Amino acid sequence: MAEDIILSVHDLDVKFTLRGQILHAIRGISLDVYRGESLAIVGESGSGKSVFTKTFMGLLDANGSITGGSIRYQDKELTQFKSDKDWRTIRGREIAMVMQDPMTSLNPLKTIGAQIEEAVVLHQGLKGQQAKEAVLRVLEEVGIDDPKRRYNQYPHEFSGGMRQRVVIAIAVACRPKILICDEPTTALDVTIQAQILQLIRELQKKYDLTTIYITHDLGVVANVADRIAVMYAGDIVEIGQCEEVFYDPRHPYTWALLSSLPQLGVKGEPLYSIAGTPPNLFQEVKGDAFAPRNPQALKIDFVERPPYFDVTPTHRARTWLLDPRAPKVEPPEHIRHLREQGVKGHV
Amino acid sequence: MSERKKLLEVKNLEVTFGSRRHPFRAVKGVSFDIYEGETFGLVGESGSGKTTIGRSIIRINPASGGEILYRGERISGHISSALDRQITRQIQMIFQDPMASLNERAKVDYIVSEGLYGRHLKESERQEKVAKALSDVGLLPEFASRFPHEFSGGQRQRIGIARALIMDPDFIIADEPISALDVSIRAQVLNLMSQLQKERGLTYLFIAHDLSVVRFICDRIAVIHKGELVELAESEQLFANPLHPYTQALLSAIPMPDPIAEKQKKLLVYDPSMHHYESDPPSWVEVEPGHFLLANREELEKIGNQR
Repeated sequence: MAEDIILSVHDLDVKFTLRGQILHAIRGISLDVYRGESLAIVGESGSGKSVFTKTFMGLLDANGSITGGSIRYQDKELTQFKSDKDWRTIRGREIAMVMQDPMTSLNPLKTIGAQIEEAVVLHQGLKGQQAKEAVLRVLEEVGIDDPKRRYNQYPHEFSGGMRQRVVIAIAVACRPKILICDEPTTALDVTIQAQILQLIRELQKKYDLTTIYITHDLGVVANVADRIAVMYAGDIVEIGQCEEVFYDPRHPYTWALLSSLPQLGVKGEPLYSIAGTPPNLFQEVKGDAFAPRNPQALKIDFVERPPYFDVTPTHRARTWLLDPRAPKVEPPEHIRHLREQGVKGHV
Repeated sequence: MSERKKLLEVKNLEVTFGSRRHPFRAVKGVSFDIYEGETFGLVGESGSGKTTIGRSIIRINPASGGEILYRGERISGHISSALDRQITRQIQMIFQDPMASLNERAKVDYIVSEGLYGRHLKESERQEKVAKALSDVGLLPEFASRFPHEFSGGQRQRIGIARALIMDPDFIIADEPISALDVSIRAQVLNLMSQLQKERGLTYLFIAHDLSVVRFICDRIAVIHKGELVELAESEQLFANPLHPYTQALLSAIPMPDPIAEKQKKLLVYDPSMHHYESDPPSWVEVEPGHFLLANREELEKIGNQR
């Protein structure tokens, strides 16, 4: 891959203290994010995907801290940042975030014009009429009709999809290099979801953004991601190009996630569902974290944590199944036809 | 199809909000039947009136026009208190957000059995019913003494289902029961719902905005747009041969877990001004057996020509 690395995470550890107990939320993640790519981080709730990206912006809750590893953004070491003053050079300006729920991420007492203008004034240094014009421009960019009238309206006068557009407008108005979208469409309708994803993609092209999507729904990211990282229990268990993860998934957890999509269900038969619950991260995880929920787990899965095995130079997975000594386990039937479709598509 | 018994008939239902001077018609003359034992899907975007229809069936929002029949009896408008009591038992609802729909200050025991309190049951009977309802939805009876915040989203939605089941209903209105859940949990809740349907012969009205989920669970699907039904068909038929442009737009928005197909996909956007309804008003027509469509003469001719 010839692209240059914009953000490099190495062996990151994050721990939270909760009622005297220690919760190991991120267990040694290494990840390079390339300039201009769109990366999707996929996992169940509680897998640590939001916590992971919050560390890039210094937004961890007060009881959480980075206990090991490094995060390098350009030539800065983000784990060394102490004060809010340091973080203000990054937050919004370099890395911006679109939150999940547009109902709660906007201030209900201020007009949306004022809320976007705040970002424009702070990050682009514009004032007065110029700032207002910049706001109107950005409103138009995110597809809000009649920006002059909308400028003076309050969030409650907007529908959910429009509100999410406003949130995106605020993020983009800061002219960031990296845009983190934390479940940007979970609270929205399917039709609106498709439009918002399209909008983010257009903006990405226009401003040469690097985007990181966080989602629990693998179905959503097929369209938008260049690369996909699958997270489970505070660790990336599989990462690869979008096509590789969909057409040739290797980790049993990725199989399970794909299988449980209702789009792939067969009528009259029960849908595949993952048995059990994610591991308790208050306790130390032994071996492969997914093993207790994996009906085909190997003995070694309960003993030793698997290393990464490379499938291709861009695709690797943390499962003993890829060890040359492992028995051959085939992915479940109904996701295998995905691969056949993929093969067809390539020819 | 004619042998099947109609459980619920909605005839020309109108629901109006707002004041007399500024009325807002949320539901405009909607008619459909639900047969016993089937799962009927009602799909539309937010603001389309799908939830309002569900709520007016269960008598939360009064109907301002038309009528609703349940087992042949009218249940909209003024009804006797005996009938009212009977239908509150027989029709139950499962809500969208399991975080918001459970009383966070009450224990699961009370939440699940609240509907039983008017019935003068013995305490031991009540507890027995709670334990039964909880184990039916795959929770442990011991959970009765806990509070909602101690549960995960999927477990909470199970509590919501147990609360509906304890009344021993025939008909359940499920209003987006899985929209707020993780994908992996969705499958569990859907499986639970279809298992309960098989065991108890339940009839569901399944309200959703996501056609992909509805296809899996529903026998027939109605698509609603701005308070009007635009298409109604058996689910496979609707997916194989969607006729209304709005249905086509909804189908095109379903995200597929297939990157190559997804990246080539063209997103259809429905624009209501494409119809020429001013000069040629639409009507609700059965275009093939069991497949209804809202269309005007011009559009019907077009469809006829394509065949």
